[in-house]
Amino acid sequence: MTDAAELRRRTQELLAARPPATTDRLDFLRARFDAGLAWVHYPEGLGGLGAPRSLQAVVDAELEAAGAPDNDPRRIGIGLGMAAPTILQYGTEEQRRRFLRPLWTGEEVWCQLFSEPGAGSDLAALGTRAVRADGDGWVVDGQKVWTSSAHLARWAILIARTDPDVPKHRGITYFVCDMTDPGVEVRPLRQITGEAEFNEVFLTGVRIPDSHRLGEVGDGWRVAQTTLNNERVAIGGMRLPREGGMIGPVARTWRERPELRTHDLHQRLLGLWVEAEVARLTGERLRQQLVAGQPGPEGAGMKLGFARLNQQISGLEVELLGAEGLLYDDWTMRRPELVDFTGREAGYRYLRSKGNSIEGGTSEVLLNIVAERVLGLPAEPRTDKDVAWKDLAR
Amino acid sequence: MSTTSPTHAGPAGPVDAQPDLLYSEEEEALRAAVRDLLTDHCDAARVISRTETDAPHDLSLWKALADGMGLAGLLVPEDRGGQGATHREAAVVLEELGRAVAPVPYLTSAVVATEALLACAGGSEVLASLASARRIGALAVPLHTAPDGSFPTARAAGGVLHGELAGIADAAAADVLLVPADDGGLYAVEADAAGVTVTGQTSLDLTRPLARVALEGAAGHRVGDAGPAVRRALRAGAGLLASEQLGLADWSLTETVRHLKDRRQFNRPVGGFQALKHRLAQLWLEVVGLRAAARNAADALAAGTAAGDDADAAVAVAVAQAYAGRVAVHAAEEALQLHGGIGMTWEHPVHLYLKRAKADSIAYGTAGAHREALAGLVDLRAP
Repeated sequence: MTDAAELRRRTQELLAARPPATTDRLDFLRARFDAGLAWVHYPEGLGGLGAPRSLQAVVDAELEAAGAPDNDPRRIGIGLGMAAPTILQYGTEEQRRRFLRPLWTGEEVWCQLFSEPGAGSDLAALGTRAVRADGDGWVVDGQKVWTSSAHLARWAILIARTDPDVPKHRGITYFVCDMTDPGVEVRPLRQITGEAEFNEVFLTGVRIPDSHRLGEVGDGWRVAQTTLNNERVAIGGMRLPREGGMIGPVARTWRERPELRTHDLHQRLLGLWVEAEVARLTGERLRQQLVAGQPGPEGAGMKLGFARLNQQISGLEVELLGAEGLLYDDWTMRRPELVDFTGREAGYRYLRSKGNSIEGGTSEVLLNIVAERVLGLPAEPRTDKDVAWKDLAR
Repeated sequence: MSTTSPTHAGPAGPVDAQPDLLYSEEEEALRAAVRDLLTDHCDAARVISRTETDAPHDLSLWKALADGMGLAGLLVPEDRGGQGATHREAAVVLEELGRAVAPVPYLTSAVVATEALLACAGGSEVLASLASARRIGALAVPLHTAPDGSFPTARAAGGVLHGELAGIADAAAADVLLVPADDGGLYAVEADAAGVTVTGQTSLDLTRPLARVALEGAAGHRVGDAGPAVRRALRAGAGLLASEQLGLADWSLTETVRHLKDRRQFNRPVGGFQALKHRLAQLWLEVVGLRAAARNAADALAAGTAAGDDADAAVAVAVAQAYAGRVAVHAAEEALQLHGGIGMTWEHPVHLYLKRAKADSIAYGTAGAHREALAGLVDLRAP
């Protein structure tokens, strides 16, 4: 059993062998991965030591104190949060060894090719086709959308239809797609904030070797659940101090600018402050349950509260600013490398947070998930369940 | 989509020492024992019929809980005649009592009156008698009073007390009243002493009835200073009330989900309609939040008592009470609406939960009063 003391010892060994001050950043990250200190709960040989996940904090604290570089997790969130757990769970040994190390070090950025113009909440209805190629592998044609980081990515996790003759959930297969393939075209998609954080991705005759399939043919929907569950945890489950997140900037403005205060805004601010604190405590309780090995169903709901609160708080902030709330910092079309919900100014926060109740599963779909999987209420009658995908109305 | 968020450390308080928001194995065992007892002795039909009598409190149930299980003395150190447990365990008891909307004076005697005495230098005999459940106590401060709120006092003159104090929860069941007086003292007054009249008031909450206490030259024994004792008592009462409210809300949600899985209309279980599923999912989210806030308040009260510093507890209690009232009332209101016509009947217990939840939203300070307290505590000042 790897305990905290053992992890501290291994971390100090790494720091002694590769002093951060004199070691190249990438060399250090690779050495950290090879020492099993990247994500300690991963298996040995894949960046981990099979240790409890909660002990990662021990390693992170030692490394931070020593001024070691990190892998800039905000830049590679999709790889770390979504692709990696899926590859770990469904990948072959060869796939795990090929992909996880450069994914973790950030040498290779990942994106996610799931949503389509015709398949949003009903993701399983997706129409991007993957057909067996002559010889080895697959040929993929279709269009994906809302793809962040597509313009930076080396690899994508992709779900595509491999069998149109069976009901929609059963004919999907999960692949790793090479974003440098000549058939991949990435176009920026400008959004209401003015910038283009996402892309449209057009796939035309893209070749994927069969060795880049994750899981069985036709089992892609089940594999994708791992990805989607991890996405929701990543969005809703961040650890925050009190006044972390969206409430922080508005509370600071309130303290620093007494001339903006009104009684109406005061009551609403206090109400939202309380809700933000309760949401923070709920997240903290969820993390404690995970650490104690008692995962509860609370995770399903975190993103719902996070989305609603972000929207209400940022809306209040714009109103609090009054005359300044009528201005906007910058409409220039840009392609940011990372998404920062609380970055920039109030107007941006207000507009960006509108996406929080859409991305990673709409709030309406998540309420259905809570009602059906947590509360056990009956599902809506399904008319598409036993119909072959090719016969569905669209 | 890539989703990241940097953290902003606020000036409103340290968070490095995280509270323990889970239930320990011992706490779960305590819950199971209390729930078993309540299942056997506190079914809804019995609670409803008791509210129609002159004795709304269930004193045999109280005896089983307080004396039989030793729960009345949880907050009292062993060397003062109690069990030496903490607010965390008392909170678990209150969750279960809330879930059963049990008509017993646990919050008022084993928490509020007990905390008042724990703040006093004197009164150790009274404290020991409450801890051992030989007697029931009530703090003679109106139930709606917030922890930092002002409260009426009796007039102390010539060694006896005069005056009338109304809105005192569970006073009708009390053997000893803790009365704040205008000389700054807190007095222990025997409920059956000469010059003491306790008259029940017709109360919104049938299971935690209020009473009027009239003192006409009643003898009292000064146990300590009223100000700090009342503040401490009401803060603990407000903080642990959140756990009772959690129990009320959890029952309301659970029963409503159960009902909607069974109830069929339009040839379908009513719980399959998305409009209702979304309402229940929303309510579940609120209950999950309340559980975290209530655990946080109980843990902070326990830690604050241990450390002799209640700054963190003040924030935790105010947050819990600024949130809990609305959730418990919403849960009971949804339960009533989603039970349809049956929810409007005297026979169905949902009204007991609605009445308790609504009364609890006023007890020990409204959400608004606690938000105002927070404005000072976390430096979000009024205009």
